[in-house]
Amino acid sequence: MEERVTTRAHIQAPVSRRTALKVGGGLVASAAIGSPSIVRAASDDIMIGHLTPMTGFLGALGEWAVLGIQMAAEEINAAGGVMGRKLDVKSEDSINPNTAATKAQRMLERDEKAFLMGEISSASALAISQVAARNKKMFMALGPRSDTLRGKNCNRYMFCTDIPNTVMVNAVGNALLRDGMVKGKKFHTLTADYVFGHDLLRAAKSFFAANDATLSGDDLVATDVTDFSPYLLKIRQSQPDVVCLNLAGNQVTNFVKQYAEYGLPFPTIGFNLNTADAWAAGPGNLSGTWPTVWYHTLQTPASMAFVEAFQKRYGKLPENHAWIEYVALKLVAQAMEETKSTDSEKLIQHFEKGAKFDIMKGREAYFRSWDHQLVQEAYPFSVKDAGSAKDQWDLMTLGTAVPGANQPLEAIYPTSEQNPCTL
Amino acid sequence: MQLVFLLEQLVNGLVLGGYYLLIALGLSLIFSVGGVVNLAHGAFYALGAYVSVEIAKYVGFAPAVAISPVLVGLLGILFERFILKRFYTADPILGLLVTFGLAMVGEEMIRIIWGAAPQPASMPALLKGPVIVGDFLFSKYRLLLLAVVAVVLVGIWYLLQKTSFGRVVRAGIQDPDMVAALGIRLQPYMTTVVVLGVGMAALGGALFAPIAVVHPAMGAEIITVAFVVVVIGGLGSFWGVVAAALLVGVVRGITIHFVPAAGEASMYVLMFLILMFRPRGLLGERMEKFE
Repeated sequence: MEERVTTRAHIQAPVSRRTALKVGGGLVASAAIGSPSIVRAASDDIMIGHLTPMTGFLGALGEWAVLGIQMAAEEINAAGGVMGRKLDVKSEDSINPNTAATKAQRMLERDEKAFLMGEISSASALAISQVAARNKKMFMALGPRSDTLRGKNCNRYMFCTDIPNTVMVNAVGNALLRDGMVKGKKFHTLTADYVFGHDLLRAAKSFFAANDATLSGDDLVATDVTDFSPYLLKIRQSQPDVVCLNLAGNQVTNFVKQYAEYGLPFPTIGFNLNTADAWAAGPGNLSGTWPTVWYHTLQTPASMAFVEAFQKRYGKLPENHAWIEYVALKLVAQAMEETKSTDSEKLIQHFEKGAKFDIMKGREAYFRSWDHQLVQEAYPFSVKDAGSAKDQWDLMTLGTAVPGANQPLEAIYPTSEQNPCTL
Repeated sequence: MQLVFLLEQLVNGLVLGGYYLLIALGLSLIFSVGGVVNLAHGAFYALGAYVSVEIAKYVGFAPAVAISPVLVGLLGILFERFILKRFYTADPILGLLVTFGLAMVGEEMIRIIWGAAPQPASMPALLKGPVIVGDFLFSKYRLLLLAVVAVVLVGIWYLLQKTSFGRVVRAGIQDPDMVAALGIRLQPYMTTVVVLGVGMAALGGALFAPIAVVHPAMGAEIITVAFVVVVIGGLGSFWGVVAAALLVGVVRGITIHFVPAAGEASMYVLMFLILMFRPRGLLGERMEKFE
């Protein structure tokens, strides 16, 4: 295979004009076909912009988000819409913070959406919230969990529905304290290297410090890592008592599969898990106790009815992102009905007054007026023992809701002293 | 102790490099014979994973890993006959464009057939767990994977260097016009090489399915790494790719040992440094086509 200098020298001809036109034409045509919103909504529909990652490391979660919000829209429209008007929810792939901001801008300025909802990535949500604030339109961040979105980076136009990192740490933390897995123990943490992971690590570290635990290792992991083997060796080298995961999306699944592959003996706990990540891991790979905002085995009549309707509609069980997007659109629709308005200012005032919403849990939820966080119950859930799962979807056992029935809901949320948010 | 840890990372990096090699070598082979950088290589990798997960439900893990590359390889015949063939003598940019487009089509096809949610995939419990040699920890499964890669590598090398098939392919790489003048039709040889390359990508996907997320965009993840490996090794060079794959694996492991956050960036820095001092890659030949 030495000297291949002259091969194919004869094909050096420049791209011909005809070819350039063909290629260019093809690309333009495909762009036109691919572009959404060719079909214009009827003019009196209530148009809501929905952004969520559909590709990338959070793409698998985004698919559930779309299913959930679209099902809610279908149900609301079938029941006559909101104030007699139909909801028109257009879902688009937010891709990354830059594209998310550009699309948010276009949705509010050109497409005249009433307001925006969606997102799972904390980084993209931050970008969208800035666009929303500039345009003085509401943005309801449905999936992101970083404390900073309802803390340092909060703003008057953003509302957050999912449980924040501090709550996830508290939900699992209580279970761990009960099992004697924290006091005097050495932890090795792996953390997703972006705003969400850093935020979660901060919450985890303050939990460890408050409960007499130490760190034997503390590694940041890029979001696109698929091979965890060098990290697994580092964990073995640091000999922790417990491995603590602050990972996100595909990272979680990749990690648990490879952790099972290498068969390391240390117990794992995690402060972030979505049901889809657990399902994707496959049987026999996942272990430990994790936090969740909702799981399909929750035994309340409304939740059980939702699970049944979802299965009927899509032929599969709903994941927690499907649930949160579903209840979020329902509660916004209820707020629009109650205020008789789609105006962002009116909705914000309504939410800030502490309007209560049924979100299919034991207790009603409400937005806190000073940080716009939806205050609701959270749960720990643990992986079932091998052999006791009915099928590949029956992976986890849901624990009892936190905070306990005798405590106020806000007991597990950051207090106004701990949270630097000023709206 | 620090030195032992470092050595453990180094050996682990070599094992990972072996896996990168499986994908990158096919990419490099297809480039050698056709002069097309096949950006759709990742799509065949993903397809290999999906097909193996699907048929493992019926025939079990090991047969699925063996059958999937064959099925996807057959798809490679269509790919070569109807698409790739037309771009051997075309401007390189066209080959890049069409395979890039095909990669997107492949990813969307997977999304349409299997959905965006990842497919659960596990290996038999028998293959799970560590092998501890002295101070070093290995994954049993990855050692097996490495053995498969070694067999494939030796097989491909033997095929290219020691058989009459390989002589025609190598002659075709150097001077296709002369081979044609000798009355040999290169077409079937080209098809075979593409099928081999595509099959290797599918084998990589099938083998990695039990230890990584099986999702539609998995091809896009691996094609970047494979491309970096081929560029570092030198486009079209067999041993260059082997050396580069191992080097990328080791550099990544060592980087993660010291600066965990920079693990993925390390291979790009490595590529940058090598291209600065040796634009044709470690063992690549000069190519007028790109100069």
